Amino acid sequence: MNILQNSTKALLLSELISGMYLTLKYFFKPKVTINYPYEKGPLSPRFRGEHALRRYPNGEERCIACKLCEAICPAQAITIEAEPRLDGSRRTTRYDIDMTKCIYCGFCQEACPVDAIVEGPNYEFAAETREELFYNKEKLLANGDRWETEIANNLSIDAPYR
Amino acid sequence: MEFSEFLDTYLLPTAIIVAQIFAIIVPLLVAVAYLTYFERKVIASMQLRKGPNVVGPFGLLQPLADGAKLFIKETILPSGANKILFAMAPMLTFILSLIAWAVIPFDAGMVLADINVGILYLFAISSLGVYGVIMAGWASNSKYAFLGALRSAAQMVSYEVSIGFVIITVLLCVGSLNLSAIVEAQKTVWFAIPLLPMFVIFFVSALAETNRAPFDLPEGESELVAGYFVEYSSMTFALFFLGEYANMILMSGMTAVLFLGGWLPPIDIAPFNWIPGPIWFFIKISLVLFCFLWVRATFPRYRYDQLMRLGWKVFLPLSLAWVVITAGVLVAFDIVPTPLSG
Repeated sequence: MNILQNSTKALLLSELISGMYLTLKYFFKPKVTINYPYEKGPLSPRFRGEHALRRYPNGEERCIACKLCEAICPAQAITIEAEPRLDGSRRTTRYDIDMTKCIYCGFCQEACPVDAIVEGPNYEFAAETREELFYNKEKLLANGDRWETEIANNLSIDAPYR
Repeated sequence: MEFSEFLDTYLLPTAIIVAQIFAIIVPLLVAVAYLTYFERKVIASMQLRKGPNVVGPFGLLQPLADGAKLFIKETILPSGANKILFAMAPMLTFILSLIAWAVIPFDAGMVLADINVGILYLFAISSLGVYGVIMAGWASNSKYAFLGALRSAAQMVSYEVSIGFVIITVLLCVGSLNLSAIVEAQKTVWFAIPLLPMFVIFFVSALAETNRAPFDLPEGESELVAGYFVEYSSMTFALFFLGEYANMILMSGMTAVLFLGGWLPPIDIAPFNWIPGPIWFFIKISLVLFCFLWVRATFPRYRYDQLMRLGWKVFLPLSLAWVVITAGVLVAFDIVPTPLSG
């Protein structure tokens, strides 16, 4: 009986037809493609994108050159040099991130006691040359100025979970 | 001989034939280009994607962009290759996929060469297609290409056997090898209905014959990189590609002629028979092609032994049995068709 059932099934191609019916149903379903450069998917406030160095509202840079980020960086992508500034405060003279080494783990952001180095929501920073991806302090501060609104917003949304 | 006489007897007929050839080949090549677009769109839709939509409105210029890209690229001749055969193989594939169109009837009397053995000619040409593949595989001097060609040869030969029997059943019902006569014989009912099992077998064999999914083992990406055309680039690759797709269209055309009543409308009543024959033929070919793509989007690739088992142990006995049954029924009910000519 079983053999009879199986062979009728095989001869009538019932499994093939049910498979084709499934794909035909999908053919008429709405598409899920996002038209990328014009449409973008949602981002979590915890998204770890391009790095930025933030400033206080009065314009003073946050980073105090504690070098915790440099120490924790598993890819050793961060290089910091520091010396006291004229007013006696401790600041960096050099803050470089090699974006080609960075693995975007977010440890620098976790380690920072003053929320200076953060990974912002920007992920569209592809460059044509390698050199453009060696970020220095100037570039990172500029990123901070450019993305401050979004970064501050994301930090405040995420604050209850930290 | 007078010049005017020469003009009338040789030059003018030649010019007319050349014009007819162009009238077939140019739309065919456009159809091939847009079949690639159609394929990408259909498969994308079945996978909930949009498919090409950037180049031109709805991505309609995508095939032209692809063609231009392939045309500009460098043709690479592998140093270990047999250069003459290597260059000949894609041309052979391409030419063979085009010359078969000479006998396909687009409408009553609208056929380039209305020969009495049309179906045999088609069968022969589609069998020759395997030579392009074997030559490409052998001349490339590459193991992947060679394995792909071997698979292709065995596969195409196996499935031609069942295609042959399917064609014989149709011929038994028609009593002629002429393609126009085959279409005319389907005036009352399309052969897809009384010969439904043969129709299915023919369709599946056509998939195998054109190396389409789920029988695309000759180019099985996962194990053979790209199969018999791994070493090809630029225009030589494009010729294979065009050949493969032209063959798909040809096989769909054959399906339409043998089983779906060629240029005939589904029912011979008012709104249907206003539409001219070539349009019906086009619609039928498009439907069969859609099924080709639909199958590709649905089924995973066969294993090689499964493919051979299906060809020799299922299709061959089944189609052979159906030949005997059809012949028996025709004799028993005394409805053997009288040959239309000769």
